[in-house]
Amino acid sequence: MNFSVLATQFWSLCLQGVALGFIYVLISLGYTMVYGVLRLINFANSEVVMVGTFATVIAQVTILKNATDSDPLHGFKLIYTLIFALVFSALICGVLGVLVELVAYRRLRALGTNRLASLISAIAVSIVLSEAVRIYSHSAPLTSPRLLEKWSFGEVAGANFRIDTVLIIVAGSIIFFALDRFVNRSRLGKAIRAVSMSEENSKLMGINLNRVISLTFFIGGLTTGAAAFFYTTVYETTQFNVGFNLGLAAFTAAVLGGIGNLRGAFYGGIFLGVLEQFSSAILGSQWKSVTVFLVLVLVLLIKPSGIFGEAVQQTRT
Amino acid sequence: MLNIRDKGASIWENWNRMKRVSFVLTVIVLVGLLPYAGTFPLTSFLNTPITSYQAVLVYPIAMFVLMALGLNIVVGKSGLLDLGYVAFFAIGAYTMGILGTTTKLNTWEILPFGIGFAMLAGLLLGLPALRLRGDYLAIVTLGFGEIVRIIALNLTQTGGPNGVVGIPNPPPIFGQKFELNDHAGYFWIIFIMILLVIWMVRRFTIRRPGRAWEAIRQDEDVAALMGVNLLVYKLWSFSIGAAIGGAAGVIYASKVMFIAPDMFTFNVSVLILACVVFGGMGNMWGVILGASILAYLPERIRFISNSRQLVFGLVLLVIMNVRPDGLLPRKKREKIKLKGAK
Repeated sequence: MNFSVLATQFWSLCLQGVALGFIYVLISLGYTMVYGVLRLINFANSEVVMVGTFATVIAQVTILKNATDSDPLHGFKLIYTLIFALVFSALICGVLGVLVELVAYRRLRALGTNRLASLISAIAVSIVLSEAVRIYSHSAPLTSPRLLEKWSFGEVAGANFRIDTVLIIVAGSIIFFALDRFVNRSRLGKAIRAVSMSEENSKLMGINLNRVISLTFFIGGLTTGAAAFFYTTVYETTQFNVGFNLGLAAFTAAVLGGIGNLRGAFYGGIFLGVLEQFSSAILGSQWKSVTVFLVLVLVLLIKPSGIFGEAVQQTRT
Repeated sequence: MLNIRDKGASIWENWNRMKRVSFVLTVIVLVGLLPYAGTFPLTSFLNTPITSYQAVLVYPIAMFVLMALGLNIVVGKSGLLDLGYVAFFAIGAYTMGILGTTTKLNTWEILPFGIGFAMLAGLLLGLPALRLRGDYLAIVTLGFGEIVRIIALNLTQTGGPNGVVGIPNPPPIFGQKFELNDHAGYFWIIFIMILLVIWMVRRFTIRRPGRAWEAIRQDEDVAALMGVNLLVYKLWSFSIGAAIGGAAGVIYASKVMFIAPDMFTFNVSVLILACVVFGGMGNMWGVILGASILAYLPERIRFISNSRQLVFGLVLLVIMNVRPDGLLPRKKREKIKLKGAK
């Protein structure tokens, strides 16, 4: 127990937590969007994150030919590389999300089977993805080149506004805001919301169900891929097994906020990021997931639908 | 679709008691002889490359069948999605590890403790968690599985990441010795436990708890309206499932003599759940078949060592898409009767 950090590093921990939280927010959108439409946990999303981190490194090293040990980039080349890697990773993950839906969910959905069958087939897809990447990478960690020189904008109340922290917060907010606008204002977003309210009725209204579901997986994949890019930019290394912990944290965030609800995922993710930072500073990082789960259980006991969620239907297996 | 289950059930119902008893006894003897199947020329195709066939028979096959039967009570019979079943396995294993190395108790004396602690953990988790529904229950149980592993990883009493070493093997019973490289004895012990579980589940299914679970699985609200005490029967289902996991953990720790937190990851929970769903939720024979196949397959194809998990994932994906209700799904007799009534 080390409560003295609360006095000395309070704002710094908050800032780090918010930055980490934005990564969780973007991943948890991949869970919450799919849950909203299908009422199914998209178990393969954790491996989509993992593939995204590899895609980011591949975009930088193989496609743009930046050596792993090269100096940080500057100016136009930096911006170009960052945007290219972000878009590449997001697109790969988006397409992967659509493929996951095609392979793991579509046939089972057409047969109208129990939910657990889809769960297991999604788990099977995630085994396939993580094993394929493990064989491809020979189980070795992959290092990404340092793109950003880690300079700081300055300190405010002990919180160090480093360039990557600021980048995540700004870009993450933009992506979330854009998505929120898309779902709440556009025609396709309206279709997504309609399907999440009632599949039957939206079919009657002439909505192409398969297309809307594919679109949802695509958007979930896009944000997940963006999160994978930010993760790689900050931690600069990845491995075939990074997906599990990230996915678990993001899923917890989605449940905390109320699964199936965009803004819930936002608050849940930020809350979880800050909570993780504080619990690792106070109790030691090995206890952080224990704290997170205890908080989750407490929240669910007090408000079983998550902080911002509506009541979930009963599971039928 | 080929319906082996109904075919089998109709043959079974046409048999008299004599035939049934002799059939069951034959099956028990045949399964009991399985450890020697590897050396018998006709059945030697069962042999697994690289790992010893007898060792595979004990862990993972028999162990997975036992745990899948336990999880089947929770997921298949009562419809509660438990993603942290490995926690109970770990609690049983650590009970054996700690008590076995620090006290003079032997495995058979620790077994009740292991079962008791696992049941207690099931109750402690169940009391808050079983009030939740559906996917929220899934995430809380998943978290519980991780918490147990992380606690084992970080406490000094559990040996941290190094785990517990030098756990004693069980003492002999009826002249049957238990040693690290003598697998047949362990197989028979787990086989007896499996038979006990099958008997127990069959009794439960036709009695009050079984009917209550079935009602809860079909519709919680209706069950509650019919006067089923939801929390009590869910807790029963949860802690009986936990007890079986704990028993499996005790035997496992006592056999391998060494346990570490790495052995109790989320992957094990997923595998056991996959066994249940793959075989056919709620149908014991399906679950046994599914667990045997999913445990045996990765060992049988070990010669393609590097990509065997990949092949495993692909097979699981294809089978789930072809037979979404599992290999031997539960009876749907109720449905057929309803159609007839119309």
